Amino acid sequence: AMDTDLSSQDRKDLDKFIKFFALKTVQVIVQARLGEKICTRSSSSPTGSDWFNLAIKDIPEVTHEAKKALAGQLPAVGRSMCVEISLKTSEGDSMELEIWCLEMNEKCDKEIKVSYTVYNRLSLLLKSLLAITRVTPAYRLSRKQGHEYVILYRIYFGEVQLSGLGEGFQTVRVGTVGTPVGTITLSCAYRINLAFMSTRQFERTPPIMGIIIDHFVDRPYPSSSPMHPCNYRAGEDNGAVYPSVEDSQEVCTTSFSTSPPSQCVFTVTKAHFQTPPPVVTDTLKVPVMGLAFSHQLSSSRLSYQPTALGVGSADMGYPVLFAGGLNAAHPHQLIGPGKEGGVPPVPSQPAHGTQADQERMCTPLDGVHYSAATPSSSEDTETVSNSSEGKCGSPHDLLETIFIRKVGAFVNKPINQVTMANLDIPFAMFAPKNVELEDNDPMVNPPASPETESPLQGSLHSEGSSGSSTGNTHDDFVMVDFKPAFSKDDILPMDLGTFYREFQNPPQLSSLSIDIGAQSMAEDLDSLPEKLAVHEKNVKEFDAFVETLQ
Amino acid sequence: SRCCAPSGAAPAMNCRAEVLEVSVEGRQVEEAMLAVLHTVLLHRSTGKFHYKKEGTYSIGTVGTQDVDCDFIDFAYVRVSSEELDRALRKAVGEFKDALRGSGSDGMGQISLEFYQKKKSRWPFSDECIPWELWTIKVNVVNLANEQERQICREKVGEKLCEKIINIVEVMNRHEYLPKMPTQSEVDNVFDTSLKDVQPYLYKISYQITDSLGTSVTTTMRRLIKDTLAL
Repeated sequence: AMDTDLSSQDRKDLDKFIKFFALKTVQVIVQARLGEKICTRSSSSPTGSDWFNLAIKDIPEVTHEAKKALAGQLPAVGRSMCVEISLKTSEGDSMELEIWCLEMNEKCDKEIKVSYTVYNRLSLLLKSLLAITRVTPAYRLSRKQGHEYVILYRIYFGEVQLSGLGEGFQTVRVGTVGTPVGTITLSCAYRINLAFMSTRQFERTPPIMGIIIDHFVDRPYPSSSPMHPCNYRAGEDNGAVYPSVEDSQEVCTTSFSTSPPSQCVFTVTKAHFQTPPPVVTDTLKVPVMGLAFSHQLSSSRLSYQPTALGVGSADMGYPVLFAGGLNAAHPHQLIGPGKEGGVPPVPSQPAHGTQADQERMCTPLDGVHYSAATPSSSEDTETVSNSSEGKCGSPHDLLETIFIRKVGAFVNKPINQVTMANLDIPFAMFAPKNVELEDNDPMVNPPASPETESPLQGSLHSEGSSGSSTGNTHDDFVMVDFKPAFSKDDILPMDLGTFYREFQNPPQLSSLSIDIGAQSMAEDLDSLPEKLAVHEKNVKEFDAFVETLQ
Repeated sequence: SRCCAPSGAAPAMNCRAEVLEVSVEGRQVEEAMLAVLHTVLLHRSTGKFHYKKEGTYSIGTVGTQDVDCDFIDFAYVRVSSEELDRALRKAVGEFKDALRGSGSDGMGQISLEFYQKKKSRWPFSDECIPWELWTIKVNVVNLANEQERQICREKVGEKLCEKIINIVEVMNRHEYLPKMPTQSEVDNVFDTSLKDVQPYLYKISYQITDSLGTSVTTTMRRLIKDTLAL
């Protein structure tokens, strides 16, 4: 397991708890809207089937619908389980009343005991849900249903959609439970102007077909994102990845304090032929000459979440966002291989149409030998680390650059202080050695300037980015949904978010562009002997000055 | 065994205290109080513990049921335990009577305190250490006509919805809870006297503000009554 802090038993338990918690949540909500009073008995002798020590009946159709919607997944960042409650009149008009959201954010509580504390808190949360489901306006409506209207439910999984609730909807938080893999939150957004039920507000929906009166299925939901398994392999499109910015920040913070220096190891590899360089960059506009990126976080906890890769740059403490366009046959791997979400592999060759296998995916992390592993015969395989001056050559020669950034720090020193072996990185042995690190540090060797600037949130298709790429190679850019810290809750885009988005990707500093940077550094170095000579000449004056200070 | 200072003593410094206020009509007092108390106890009750060897224990199942109010447009969920319901109804009934009593001007408060017992040696009695205190301040209003009563039904219903949300917020803070006890300690943390559920040790007390404006605690009233009866 990538997650060394959470034992595999705990991990299994946790997943099970979350799964059953989700199913029970749906049961509680739907049962609270059936229009009947619910009554279950307490039993002093525990039966094996009463999850969370609560007697909550399982209506089979409801479980079935929930399982169908979840499709074997668990709530994760950007993938929420939603139960939509709506009202449908006998004339066929319908109106959304509530959306109950079971979400997961990235704030992890590593210390918490899974089998004990998490379980009990989930139980408490279900009790809160029982209480809260009776106090939203839809409860009273549902108790009176039958003649003029019925209450319906729909379960979906993915992005929360609140637009059907009308203006001024309110939200109530049921509660949260921290777990080692993230914080579960349960909340409800509900329409408040129920009194105003004019036909204008209703949509015409097709008649319900052959379904029990109080629930329905299969309302077409056009914008559902495709679903991905937890150990997400970017074989499908990556449109569904929606990390949130402030959570990334939090994640970095927490990992920073508890584990050895968080490192965002950002490996870029170049294609070996004419595939044009797409540009996804972090905010330093590090060019990605390569087509394949991998992003590996040393915090094993983070590596669980395929979607934990946040937007932003490594420099400011954000996990680096990357994406790369490979040709359509190889969507790059966002996260890799099927271990519990572990380390993203570095596709060794975006190559020849064949997907490099896993072992090879990992190899490229070893900077020195990477090029040797590539089949390409081009001279471009020269790596930075092999370059004699330790500087980058022209941008096109930049084959492989490994950026290692201390979270939040621009200092290039720390790299030497930390040996890879000490870091809790999976596949650490493949990480480049210290020596190369400095050479590869863009602070020392500024990388090539990017071809274009492509805002991360911009169109993720080739037109928006470098422009020189072909066709659909960029469909693997990751779209990020910004949820700025302190902005109002979940869904509505706020001005802050817009601001954030717009200013998130400033253009790269010109001093960091390779040519100018290299030039000025060269100049500096050249002028050093001269400067030294001048200082030596004036040494007496300096000494005298120092005397005056004493 | 009896313990503790008379009810009404200030909570210990590290005891969490929450205060809720409601204004209700006389006939709504009982249902409003029950709604709040049951909601708190729903969160503060577990299934019965069954201790096994090696210090492990299993937990029974807590059932729940919906309760509709007759005088308030409101419904709430309570734990399915007749014993617990009876105990709460008894306390709330006394409170209502006291509020209606001659000495009252319609203001009072009812408190639900959760405590832990700390055993002391003879001759000292056991200590009770409160860790959470819920106080509901009540103001009884008198309404003139049916229309006002109808509005009051709805308004109080809405207010109670807010109170439930407040209670849930507090519960969600996951603040101090007594450690899960070993078998020998379980009676110091939980009330194990009920057949079907196991609430944390709790006690209910109330105060009425009498027409003189002073607060008279239940204990004092009983003392006075007993004295006068001699």
